[in-house]
Amino acid sequence: MTDGTLDYAAVGFICGLEVHQQLLTAHKMFCRCPAGRYTETHDGTVFRHMRPTLSELGEYDGTALMEFKTRKNIVYLLNKENVCTYEMDDTPPFLVNQQAVDIAIEQCVMLGCDIVDEVHIARKQYLDGSIPTGFQRTAIVGVNGTIPFRGRALSVTQVSVEEDSCREVRDEGHLIIWRTDRLGMPLIETVTGPELRTPEEVEEAILLIGRVCRSTGHVRVGLGASRQDVNVSVRGGRRVEIKGVPKASWAPRLVHGEAVRQVNLLALRDELHRRGFADAASIAIEHADVTDLFAASELATLRRDAWERWVSEEDRRPGFELGAGPFCVRAVRLPRLAGTLAWPSQPEHTFAHELAGRVRVIAGLDQPPILFHSEKWPDHRGALAELRHVRARLHCAAEDAVVVVWGPTEDTLTAADEIRLRYVDATQGIPNETRQPFVDGSTDFERILPGPDRMYPDTDSPPSRVTRERVERLSTGLPERPWDREARYAAVRVPRGTIHFLIRRGGARLVDRVVAEAGADLRRACFFFGERVKGLRRNGVAVQAVPPERWVELFRLAGERPILWENWGRLVRRMAAAPDTPVAEIVAAEGLGVAPKAWKASVPAQWEAAAAVAADGDRERVARLLIGRLLEDLRGKVAVADVAAAVDREMQAKGDGR
Amino acid sequence: MTAPAADPLKGYTGLARRKLGEWGVKVWSDVRLVNDRGSVFEGVILPRSGNYDDLHLVIKLKNGYNVGLHVDRVVSVTEVGYKEAIYKIPEKAFPSRPDLPSVTLLGTGGTIASRLDYRTGAVIPAFTPGELYGAVPELADICNLTTKKIFGIFSENMAMEQYITLAKAIGEEIANGAQGIVIGHGTDTMGHTAAILSFMVQDSPVPIVLVGSQRSSDRPSSDAALNLIHSIRTAAYGDIAEVMICMFGPTSDRYALLHRGTRCRKMHSSYRSTFRTVGAIPLAMVSRDSFNYLTTDYAKRDPARRVRVDPVYNDRTTILYYYPGMHPDLVDALVEKGYKGIVIAGTGLGHVNKPLYPALQRAVAAGVHIVMTVQTLWGYVQMYVYDTGRDLLDLGVVPLENMLPETALMKLSWVLGHTDDHAEVMRMMRTPISHDITPREPHNGYLIMQGGLPETEAFIQQHWK
Repeated sequence: MTDGTLDYAAVGFICGLEVHQQLLTAHKMFCRCPAGRYTETHDGTVFRHMRPTLSELGEYDGTALMEFKTRKNIVYLLNKENVCTYEMDDTPPFLVNQQAVDIAIEQCVMLGCDIVDEVHIARKQYLDGSIPTGFQRTAIVGVNGTIPFRGRALSVTQVSVEEDSCREVRDEGHLIIWRTDRLGMPLIETVTGPELRTPEEVEEAILLIGRVCRSTGHVRVGLGASRQDVNVSVRGGRRVEIKGVPKASWAPRLVHGEAVRQVNLLALRDELHRRGFADAASIAIEHADVTDLFAASELATLRRDAWERWVSEEDRRPGFELGAGPFCVRAVRLPRLAGTLAWPSQPEHTFAHELAGRVRVIAGLDQPPILFHSEKWPDHRGALAELRHVRARLHCAAEDAVVVVWGPTEDTLTAADEIRLRYVDATQGIPNETRQPFVDGSTDFERILPGPDRMYPDTDSPPSRVTRERVERLSTGLPERPWDREARYAAVRVPRGTIHFLIRRGGARLVDRVVAEAGADLRRACFFFGERVKGLRRNGVAVQAVPPERWVELFRLAGERPILWENWGRLVRRMAAAPDTPVAEIVAAEGLGVAPKAWKASVPAQWEAAAAVAADGDRERVARLLIGRLLEDLRGKVAVADVAAAVDREMQAKGDGR
Repeated sequence: MTAPAADPLKGYTGLARRKLGEWGVKVWSDVRLVNDRGSVFEGVILPRSGNYDDLHLVIKLKNGYNVGLHVDRVVSVTEVGYKEAIYKIPEKAFPSRPDLPSVTLLGTGGTIASRLDYRTGAVIPAFTPGELYGAVPELADICNLTTKKIFGIFSENMAMEQYITLAKAIGEEIANGAQGIVIGHGTDTMGHTAAILSFMVQDSPVPIVLVGSQRSSDRPSSDAALNLIHSIRTAAYGDIAEVMICMFGPTSDRYALLHRGTRCRKMHSSYRSTFRTVGAIPLAMVSRDSFNYLTTDYAKRDPARRVRVDPVYNDRTTILYYYPGMHPDLVDALVEKGYKGIVIAGTGLGHVNKPLYPALQRAVAAGVHIVMTVQTLWGYVQMYVYDTGRDLLDLGVVPLENMLPETALMKLSWVLGHTDDHAEVMRMMRTPISHDITPREPHNGYLIMQGGLPETEAFIQQHWK
């Protein structure tokens, strides 16, 4: 067991990524609906269920069977703005969007992949309802790529192009509701090898792949446009997928927590083996309906009247959220398993949480706290007597543990069996599963991790040929790879943070353009776009309205008259306010770049005015004040050094005169 | 269905076939393959669709994805094993319970039960009670099921021979004591089959239910399982002893509708709720646990009634779907080729253009039986309103009121199996057998809600689609 600190190398931590990135296409992947149009209202609803089907090789997929067991009622919310009858699975797919395939090929080239010669659409089964067909249409486009990472090569196992899934609205009991607007938008999934060695590397690799994807400008940015699944295991453990990590910065805590969880669960496995539990046959639980024992309990959760009130308040409807059968409190006896419920798992969690996750998802029992157990029994008045009665009813010995679940009878039966199955899994170590991440760094069970048996060829779609000519054509227009660009910028001493910002937000394309077209200095251009313009945008200046040609004009003019840089802020604000106006016109209108006639002649008079304000007669202070006043008008017209020199001369003259 | 060929290079032709031969590998070989960029592909060589090019081989990777590789880019292939896929729904003996009614499921094909065909990449039907039980175990709680595979064909291949065989099979099953019959059928021509069976099998004591699916059963979202459950419940417990179609009411998993065989039509190429009763209302709604009869005007289940099977058919019949500017020689050609019956799907109230008249007259004179239906589908033929209609009547074109064009074709084929006497043909055509003509159209018999209207939008906001 671990107290929460880990030597990652010592425990054999390995991690790989599946980075999802939406592509910037006008339309969705298999229909002609607009992509990227999100709505929060709906004008139609569909009610469905899912059933597992056989894979191409004649096997049922384990996840599919598990998800069937959950008996989910699935509701889809439709909006005519962004879905047609394809998304609701009432029309077969149209031919695959070749713009999406092209962008996917570009991404593969950027990631150093070998592009397959024929793209075959497959169906990847998901029975959670996230896709109304029950499968995601997906296809491998590239394989065998590498990207430079921390002085070594990070392998890109494969890149696939696929349709995005629905957005979850809510999941209560047996009902899950999905919004369909995002469904069908094209995205690519980049899968790396399991080569990341520390939580910090995981975050860095996510950011790196993000930079590669975004550097083409052909992918979507913004909330939800990129999400990653992080696969973690430790030595002796198994791959666990933390699904849909929305931000790279969440990753280190999540993967650390998962590594801790696996180390602890492996220790639990060893403990189970010590106690003689090594396989499914050795885990024999018993359970009984103990509703009557809690009929007058002070623990309202376990009383029928409180349950009925909760069902009514939460509007749990039969046939939708609510499972089948009358209210039941079910106690499960876990023979010779005392001490395992409080066994640590992920930080701040115990093995009982593992059971609760399964019960919530598979049995659909989700009233908090989902279960009670003998190693953390509630402390209401009479609680211990109640526990004694439960133990007596189940004929528990001292070394037995007890778990109590409640809800519709059928669901409590499913829950009892699920608790048994989770212990069976525990005897084998770490179950392959998908876990849902939370902001506090913890995770919870989402589903069993699907295997290759859930893949099935899409008989509705013909394969798309990818000729070498097509790959060549798409490769020629691509930007430099981020690591090459990073090396080039770093060579002129641009800080790494600035470089990453420029690549991520598209500024690097402007940098290279002004260098190429206006002969700009690379370092100056990087700082200009990566620091100065960024600062203005943060202050609300609409710099994004300025078209690239105007920036080229600015650098060209400033190349001829470097003095313009001294008032770049004013100039850029004017450019942002009038993006259609040529920069030369703005410069002329503002009188920039040209020293006003006789500005020097006005200095003595202005000295007197300044001296009147600085009444103490300190000449240094007067000089500073005067320089500031003069520059209000002269900045960008006369060099600051010249203004300072003129004022200095005046100060000297005044000194001499005294 | 043809048996799968024993070709070890199934679907591969030309260059790809030659290369596979050179490498000494075949379909289902588990291989390690390296291409000219040094990329390694490990997996099983799959059969290729015969419609695709001869440049690529398809490999199923270990992660379940398929990719196509150009054979000219392949540098080396090593066979490491052989892994033939056996796609089979787990077969379990269908349990029998003495307290449950007996239902026979007759299979004709279609997507109600199906699997993948590697040669074409398409879905082909699969069907045994054991497989059905493996896929939809709920069926065992409804009835004792017997299944008989009559054919395994797509519904577009159903024709005279199959109609006759099917009608006879139904008669035998009823004679054998089936308390209900379900017919698994492709949806494309389910309406045609339902219509012809309405004429060939009359006075059935038990329900005869046609069912199919719009999403094949190899998809998790398939409507096949629920359609099977609904139709088998209808056959086992329903009160309507007529030929019916049982398919989704809305596209949501809520309930099925029972449509009368002569009045039903597939109205959308892909929606689950594709079947609609035309010119009348459906007979009933069926859910997992209830029937909601929408009318009392049906033949009730009655074990004492004696079924009459009358399986005759003449397939020298056709539908002439009239369009503006149709040339009369089309009609002449039909006569010349020996067609005996023509159902015109006319415009509006039942019209065709004047240049066709002489050809129609020649056809009638040649002994061809011509009847008129409407291509509007809803509404009656009324040939007295306009001169054109009256002229057609004078030519001997016989109006069929509100009989659907496909139903009229099926009925005319059946009638011509009995007689060629014009007066008798027309008497039989105009005498309703199973609501193929109805005396009146209720105002809710025509309800195509127009999307976009505020009241329609309000309605669909509040109901499952």
